[in-house]
Amino acid sequence: MRTWKFGDNIDTDAIIPGRYLVIYDPQTLASHAFEGTRNEFASEVRKGDIIVAGRNFGCGSSREHAPLALSGAGVRFIVARSFARIFYRNAINVGLLPVVCNDADRIPDGSPLSVNPKEGYIESGGIRYPIEPVPAFLQEIVDAGGLVEYARSLPEVKTCTGSQ
Amino acid sequence: MYELYMAATLVEKIFSRRCGHPVRAGDVIMAPVDCAMIHDITGPLAVQKFREMGGKRVFDPEKIVLLFDHQIPADSLPAAENHVFMRRFAVEQDIHNLDIKEGICHQVVMERGRAAPGEIVVGADSHTCMYGAAGAFSTGIGSTDMGFVLKFGALYFRVPTTIRLEIDGTFGPRVGPKDLILAIAGKIGADGANYQALEFTGGTIETMEMAGRMTCCNMAVEMGAKVGIVPPDGITWEYLRARRPVNPFSLSSDRDAAFTSVHRFDAERLSPKVAVPHNVDQVVDVEKVEGTPIDQVFIGSCTNGRFEDLREAAEVLGNRSFHDSVRVLVIPASRLEYLKALRAGLIEQFVAAGALVEAPCCGPCMGGAFGLLAPGEVSLSTSNRNFRGRQGSAESQVYLCSPATAAASAIRGEITDPREV
Repeated sequence: MRTWKFGDNIDTDAIIPGRYLVIYDPQTLASHAFEGTRNEFASEVRKGDIIVAGRNFGCGSSREHAPLALSGAGVRFIVARSFARIFYRNAINVGLLPVVCNDADRIPDGSPLSVNPKEGYIESGGIRYPIEPVPAFLQEIVDAGGLVEYARSLPEVKTCTGSQ
Repeated sequence: MYELYMAATLVEKIFSRRCGHPVRAGDVIMAPVDCAMIHDITGPLAVQKFREMGGKRVFDPEKIVLLFDHQIPADSLPAAENHVFMRRFAVEQDIHNLDIKEGICHQVVMERGRAAPGEIVVGADSHTCMYGAAGAFSTGIGSTDMGFVLKFGALYFRVPTTIRLEIDGTFGPRVGPKDLILAIAGKIGADGANYQALEFTGGTIETMEMAGRMTCCNMAVEMGAKVGIVPPDGITWEYLRARRPVNPFSLSSDRDAAFTSVHRFDAERLSPKVAVPHNVDQVVDVEKVEGTPIDQVFIGSCTNGRFEDLREAAEVLGNRSFHDSVRVLVIPASRLEYLKALRAGLIEQFVAAGALVEAPCCGPCMGGAFGLLAPGEVSLSTSNRNFRGRQGSAESQVYLCSPATAAASAIRGEITDPREV
């Protein structure tokens, strides 16, 4: 298990280029992840690896192929200082956990990292960094394993309800 | 109409009206969806997710806009198979399928009047934020969220806070809405409006045509915003009246509403802007990059493919020709915009000057259909994104600009200030 370090504003075109959007199979998408921008990723990524990035990870296109490509590559956690809105929701919906950590920049590339969402921290090189909790309404979807599983358990939805 | 007793933003009012009780920024709410848009790229996955969720019948076929615009006519066998998959879904669910015939999804939703003041609209495409130009709350979502919408006709939203933009003054010659929104992106930054609404107000917006408002709202997502929105006014209602029955009402933020921040821009002092590779917020005055050689010019997209944009480019072009060293692609945003340009003689003008005029679609902005860039090539484009590899090779470069700057540069074969030609 290792971390893959990325910078700020990693867009979904970089995660999966537009020419592969006719594909929907996560494993096939994974074989093209970061093609052209970080070519060694697809061949060297291993199940359980963690992506660590700066600000605004997943900006740009709403393509769900991006989180699918990463989950197909065996990634379960993405740690970043912040996420673009649509990517954040998409990741949770497909069972990939985006973890917001203000100290993400301090984690070195290639290092081992443990992510403990329930306990609220990540740990690298013996140092614990706090992470932000997932918003309550999304935690239910995370707990269900994704939006499909969550939706299957709903007979219907009541509109105009929610939390304040 | 529901009365709100505290000052509220336009977006808070939309959710409050739609839900019948006061809703504030930060609230999480399961809100009904008035219109849902799906296309050929994100649609198949949304349908798959709808079925995995146990979906049998969509919530309301009348509230779904379905069309193909990214890979049309089918440019590969997998694309053709995706189209067939979506056609079968449309037949099975009694959804009117506009297929490959109408143009880019966002333009088509707008010109068919499928987004209106006070409505909540979602689309499985990030530039859905554009319909705020019609006074709707509209936002881009992923395919799984869309699968949920197809089944339930509703979705969870966190009601966003609002950044207010106040823009005043008249544009100088050959400066317009695209230069304004690039200037705004340069100031706000690529994530400066993340999770928020961007509200466009001020004298410049009040006198701006719908086409320009759409250009501005379209690019709200390039700053991370959920929606770009213009308070509906006479121009909005007039646009909609030609497209659906309307019953105008007033809808705007209260003066003392809680905005995250307020930014002021002076349109008069703007010069033509260019976003340089590889981020939309890397914005400079055109003078800074004048003389940069270009291989391809793309005039089109949901950002700048309307008749007004094509007219702006044609006015700069006049009876000149495009430079021999440049490939010029002109792609109207929709069939109706194409017809307007055709009847006004613009298409003949572009073809005579050496451009390739393609049928309405996303074109090179899709980065996988046609018009791709080889390693080392440079594109100047009126579209909305210049990410590395967006229009082809990761070793190519994309600059973004207005239709006027694109036309002027296509004439000279290098990035050119449109005020100089």
